[in-house]
Amino acid sequence: MSSLDTTETGVGTSLPRADARDKVTGRAQYIADMVRPGMLYAAIHGSTVAHARIKGYDCNEALAVPGVACVLTGKDFPDGRMGAFIKDEHAIAKDKVRYLGEPVAVVAAEDESTARRAAALVRMEYEDLPVVATPEEAMADGAAVVHEGLTDYFKVFPVICGGNIASETSIEEGDVESAWDDCDIIVEGEFETPAQAHLSIEPVGALAEIDAEGRVTLWSANQSVFRVQANVCESLQLPMSKLRSLTPKVGAGFGNKMEPHVQPLVVQLALKTGRPVKLILNRVEDFEIVRARHPFKIRCKTGARKDGTLVARELEAILDCGAYGDDSPGVLGYSLLMSRGPYRIPNCRCHGKLVYTNRMRFGAFRGFGNPQVTFATEQQLDEIAELLGIDSFDLREKNIMQPGDRWFGGGEVASNGLAECLGKAKAASDWRAAGTRAPTTSGTRRALGVAACAHISGLLGTGAIVRLLEDGSVVLNTGAVDIGQGSDTVLTQMCASTLKVPADRVAIASPDTDGSPYNWGTTASRVTYTTGRSVVAASEVVAGQIKQQASEIFECAVEDLELRDGGRVGIVGVPDRELTYFEISARAHWAAGGPIVGSDTWVFDQPSVDPKRAVATGLPFPQIGVYSFGCLVVAVEIDETTGKTEVTDVWSAMDVGKAINPGSVEGQIEGGFVQGMGFALTEEMVFDGPRLVNPSMLDYKVPTTLDSPLEIESIIVEAAEPDGPFGAKGVGEVGLVPVPAAIANAVAAATRCRQRRLPIIPERVLNGMLEQSVEN
Amino acid sequence: MTLTVSMTVNGESVSADVEPRTLLVQMLREHLGLTGTHVGCDTSQCGTCVVHVNGESLKSCTMLAVQAEGADVTTIEGVADGETLHPMQQAFHENHGLQCGFCTPGMIMSSLDLVKNNPDPSEREIREWLEGNLCRCTGYHNIVKSIDAGAKAMRS
Repeated sequence: MSSLDTTETGVGTSLPRADARDKVTGRAQYIADMVRPGMLYAAIHGSTVAHARIKGYDCNEALAVPGVACVLTGKDFPDGRMGAFIKDEHAIAKDKVRYLGEPVAVVAAEDESTARRAAALVRMEYEDLPVVATPEEAMADGAAVVHEGLTDYFKVFPVICGGNIASETSIEEGDVESAWDDCDIIVEGEFETPAQAHLSIEPVGALAEIDAEGRVTLWSANQSVFRVQANVCESLQLPMSKLRSLTPKVGAGFGNKMEPHVQPLVVQLALKTGRPVKLILNRVEDFEIVRARHPFKIRCKTGARKDGTLVARELEAILDCGAYGDDSPGVLGYSLLMSRGPYRIPNCRCHGKLVYTNRMRFGAFRGFGNPQVTFATEQQLDEIAELLGIDSFDLREKNIMQPGDRWFGGGEVASNGLAECLGKAKAASDWRAAGTRAPTTSGTRRALGVAACAHISGLLGTGAIVRLLEDGSVVLNTGAVDIGQGSDTVLTQMCASTLKVPADRVAIASPDTDGSPYNWGTTASRVTYTTGRSVVAASEVVAGQIKQQASEIFECAVEDLELRDGGRVGIVGVPDRELTYFEISARAHWAAGGPIVGSDTWVFDQPSVDPKRAVATGLPFPQIGVYSFGCLVVAVEIDETTGKTEVTDVWSAMDVGKAINPGSVEGQIEGGFVQGMGFALTEEMVFDGPRLVNPSMLDYKVPTTLDSPLEIESIIVEAAEPDGPFGAKGVGEVGLVPVPAAIANAVAAATRCRQRRLPIIPERVLNGMLEQSVEN
Repeated sequence: MTLTVSMTVNGESVSADVEPRTLLVQMLREHLGLTGTHVGCDTSQCGTCVVHVNGESLKSCTMLAVQAEGADVTTIEGVADGETLHPMQQAFHENHGLQCGFCTPGMIMSSLDLVKNNPDPSEREIREWLEGNLCRCTGYHNIVKSIDAGAKAMRS
């Protein structure tokens, strides 16, 4: 046993992550590292046209390549459809292709290069259809329809849809129309954000094998073994009990690995060949056919009184859905719920449309639509502040939601540390003195910018099973996939603290649809809060059983017993009357009571919308979650000659309820910041019509070590969530949400020119500065 | 057509029959089973495949296996001393210098080459050296901190 006691490794300590040793030695196994006996390698033949009917296939040349075991096309796949909200997607294109690169055929061969060579030899016959590459084209009169069968598709909520509109949502609270009359000042503007690539450094992949009974075992890079199981079984029309979904280590997922990618393809190849089949996408394919952050076009209007009191907001959003629905209806609905921001704005109306186009599917990406709307709304607050001559912080402090205030739509907010976030970010950045600080480099302009935000953690079902082994050590089984953010460590700490054992006495079971309790997924900043609650509850069940055993041995009341550090149970006030968990578990296994197992499951069920306060239509989430809050201040320096923006300092104050592992919380804030900074300054998936022109790391620029700020000051605020595990709520996304807005506000302060379009590349900043100098 | 390539990897003599076009990274991963060296791109941007060839760090996707004939190669698997982590590995472990871990082997191999030639690098020097190693999780903050701590541990 380790010498570390509970207090050194439990909740509140920055325990190094459970799998760090595996990762620093190169032993950690990712999907691409896996090999199974007799395994085949697969490759995809992607569509060379963006919108067409498939008239025929010729696979003879591909099949003739030595080493090719199998070539499958849409004809060889069942007719099932998958989709998180709208079941609109086959496992592979059938009858029709809807975006460039969409898989139309797959090859399995003895090695990867043979599979790729053969895949290139598949010949397709297409009948071209008119292409709708943008939402504007897709909404035009007479536009070609991407999904003719939309009306008949199965949908998981009452979707408002038709033509190329995949989903339409609106929410209204108060009386916006008459509220404009109460405003002394109204700002209105259009904002645009591009597609952002997730670019997890590990490309996606999957490996499937079947046993003699036809049962499938599937490993894949994923954020939810359960969503993988559901998607594969829906699209291939398999009973869910016939497929076991597992996960190796995952080389990060920011939403891209939540819903399916190539899993259905390898399963079908394995079923047809009877051999294990692995498929790993190369980087170009990963860019072109997985998913990306939705391009948004936003029109936003905000009104206030002279004293800075916010009165009304109206926001309209158009989202490019891409060719398939995926998580998009959720992103639309969620982004609209976030459109008021964490402020008291009594009259608020928002409306959005999600539009099918002939581009790759867009889907969940860290922030889930919130960074895009926040880019618009937080810039408008600065515009109002400037017009009224009020300090940006003062305006926000005057209008922020106070503890007890409800969210837009009427949902209750049980914990709210926003005021403290604002106060701490303001103090740390020395906001008042900002104007007096000179740039560090001559020929640059320096300014600070601020943005505030909130983000949920929650959604859907989760569970935990805690088992006390014969020797008194513990196995925790949650089904939550640790995608690198550190949830295995955090959940272990919660279990260890509840049972008062050192963290290294708790092992975490790898997610497995056969043996783990259901977990919707590692998404929506939810694992710490939702799964954590189940971990604590299941651990408490185990603690109760331990005490029950001890009460029978000591012949005392359960209430007189306590758990003690190091994994012992004893009589309160009698230090030498105690038993080890080994003694307890041995009795349970071999003599009385039965092996000790605790389990808990729950589903988030607090309503997001109160019909007495708001009217919502087409909203996919009846219950979303609890709220984390944040305030971000950045300092930028802008080169007056080139227009290049550099972020020099960052102060990010985030209310996470309780930092279970402060080191990991800081890691989320830092990583989220830099990913958001990429979105703000350099990252853009550039489309020429339906074609992505920069699908490589060469042409798509993510921040490097030199682009990233030297100092990111993470400030942890802890407004405890009453029902959160140890008071915790999520931190995975909230740190990214305000980044583009804060940077844009800083750029506007430095240049007197507002950037309403991302990314804020040097050319746009330079043009802005030149226009300013002409005007002056 | 295959060629027999021989080299020393992590102190052991190895040889493999490879196609002429086989990259060093493919030989390490597919022929020698050394999967700690990763592949994250096709364009030599990501840096997850960095190994040492004759003592210098190199993206192993930029070299053919046949070009490494006779070379002395070290991969991430050859860095620890048995079960004892190298001080640089220990520093990444302790300083939260990793999240998903996919970039970590490349980061460690690059940083070891930096510290070999510059035992006390400044933060700026660390950042300049690592520009060819991408990380999407950490924001680099704790990676830079880890390398600073690792270099310090290696000096003492």
